[in-house]
Amino acid sequence: MDIYLSQVFTGLSIGSVLLLIALGLTFTFGQMGVINLAHGELIMAGAYTAYMVGGVFGESVSLLVALPVAFALAGTMGLVLERVLIRRLYGRPLDTLLVTWGVSLLLQQVARDIFGAPNVNAKAPEWLGGGVVVAGATLPYARLFIIALVALSVTGIWLYMTRLPQGRRMRAVMQNRQLAAVSGIATQAVDQRTFFIGSGLAGMAGVALTLLGPIGPSLGTAYIVDAFLVVVAGGLGQLRGAVFAAIGLGVIQSLVEFKTQASLAKVLCFVAVVALLQVRPQGLVSVRSRALT
Amino acid sequence: MKTKKWVGVVMLLAVVAAACGDSANDSSSGSGQTGGATDGGSTIKVGILHSLSGTMAISEVSVRDAELLAIEEINAKGGVLGKKIEAKVEDGASDWPTFAEKAQKLISVDKVATTFGGWTSASRKAMLPVFEKNKALLWYPVQYEGLETSPYIFYSGATTNQQIIPGMDYLKAQGKTKIFLVGSDYVFPRTANKEIKAYAAANGITIVGEEYTPLGHTEYSTVVNKLKDAKPDAVFNTLNGDSNVAFFKQFKSGGLTAATMPVMSVSVAEEETRGIGAENIAGHLTAWNYYQTTDTPANKTFVAAYKAKFGQNRVTDDPIEAGYVQVYLWAAAVTKAGTTEVEAVKKAADGITFDAPEGKVTIDGATQHIYKTARIGVVQPDGLIKEVSASPTPIKPDPYLKSYPWAAGLS
Repeated sequence: MDIYLSQVFTGLSIGSVLLLIALGLTFTFGQMGVINLAHGELIMAGAYTAYMVGGVFGESVSLLVALPVAFALAGTMGLVLERVLIRRLYGRPLDTLLVTWGVSLLLQQVARDIFGAPNVNAKAPEWLGGGVVVAGATLPYARLFIIALVALSVTGIWLYMTRLPQGRRMRAVMQNRQLAAVSGIATQAVDQRTFFIGSGLAGMAGVALTLLGPIGPSLGTAYIVDAFLVVVAGGLGQLRGAVFAAIGLGVIQSLVEFKTQASLAKVLCFVAVVALLQVRPQGLVSVRSRALT
Repeated sequence: MKTKKWVGVVMLLAVVAAACGDSANDSSSGSGQTGGATDGGSTIKVGILHSLSGTMAISEVSVRDAELLAIEEINAKGGVLGKKIEAKVEDGASDWPTFAEKAQKLISVDKVATTFGGWTSASRKAMLPVFEKNKALLWYPVQYEGLETSPYIFYSGATTNQQIIPGMDYLKAQGKTKIFLVGSDYVFPRTANKEIKAYAAANGITIVGEEYTPLGHTEYSTVVNKLKDAKPDAVFNTLNGDSNVAFFKQFKSGGLTAATMPVMSVSVAEEETRGIGAENIAGHLTAWNYYQTTDTPANKTFVAAYKAKFGQNRVTDDPIEAGYVQVYLWAAAVTKAGTTEVEAVKKAADGITFDAPEGKVTIDGATQHIYKTARIGVVQPDGLIKEVSASPTPIKPDPYLKSYPWAAGLS
């Protein structure tokens, strides 16, 4: 019995990781329609930040210090990327795809030159070792920490988008760029802010992922496909959709893998998303709009 | 409508990304010369072909370094046949068709006398037809799944009876009767596990589970749950690459320990323990032929030279050592043959011995594999590996496991 409880928790936990890596993308891809293949490398930048900060501050507090630092660092990288390249390519999705793919290869090689090709390790803080036992099932603290972090991030983003004037402008630009522009919204400034936040969230995801996985130059490639999968299945720019999609895929993955194998679970996740898009091409959640897009 | 189009693009992208990993190419075209016609020049050119970029760079860059170190040392002592060795380094880029193309380039454009290279079995399988077609030599430095002997490849890493079977022997001697298999989903783990299952059936060991995950997989909570459910005495781990980091981190945070459920790994060496974090893997077992701590005079010299050249924070491990050793073995074979001509070198190679850092190694001419000592080790809290058991003498390579009755149905 406890094994099934563990498995339910695992599904939630996989979902939270998926949501974590996809959160930044719901902004840059979802809101702005930029297919940013360098998103994985922004996650990587966050992971390396955790490694660097760990060397300076020691392992017990490094994680908490690394989160804001990574947000700022990855956010700035995203901002530079937007200013230098992507700004010139709006409305040309295929071109942004190629350009950001090039950027991602570039960043991987830069990481390899700075930190070396082998993986590095950031020690997890002692207080995240072990786990709490609930009804015979172990819930690792590291997983609970990620779930909490995701919950906080989602709440923060939701408040930003619904309560703050900046968030309102962001939604306006997303729904109808021209109309927003003629209404006096500085769309360029909104774009920059959106890209900064989206990239920063990727950086934070990178820090959290060091608790579970490797820190290496090719780390981003392991997560990028999953991230796009969640955003596409959830509906572009839909926070609610991303939450549903991430948890849904997490539960499918954990249940199928428990009964069969990891490879098959991965395949079935793809099949599920393809099938979903046949029925709902806009994803799980979509906004009705009269914009002529 | 715009949205729909993007969705299509992303899905396409996902498919392409997934396909990239396992696309195979039998060989590149073009006719090369029969290898090794370099006796006329003032240097002897050799090829070094490893992944210096992409996902496998993590492992292969260090092997390249070791091979360059060996070449430098041999040159400092006067080279071979009175000539200096000149290394032509190419990047296989973690892409198997690229390995085949670069191998062809080294053979027909650079006219190298021999090539040292490869890591994954997939890259070796991609290069094999190129070397066979051109009748050129490849030295391959990594332990692999066995069941192969190409007349144009020398295998300086372990075959299964020098690594995996000694690993199983050790677990059996420790009284472990229930074993769980975890591996990456490709040729090496699948073949190795086939052999392990045959071994287990003949030795009264029960295989209580068998799990494969895609290369690069980072989510191991379900596997950890299955381990808790099956309660094996030990885990035999054939995961490769980054997955090991995720596996050991999540194994530990899931509450499992080396004391109750030791994991025997065959693809985790000193280089990998640094990325995994020694605190996550300390106490677990490994099966190799060499450790940085192996106590031989040749190893003290090798470790010192490697650290002096590439940095004090670098570590040596089994494939790095095999890369270093194979250059010396080739040089010895060339010296004995008096030429770099491939057929003569192959003939001369039989029986050549070398006092390697791992101890005495001997080339077995019939299989073109190496006699190696099997060593079982335990990972220490500082990330180095301490030997706890070793075969009394170097083990004769037996890639097709012909001397093991239980392996009759394999291959």
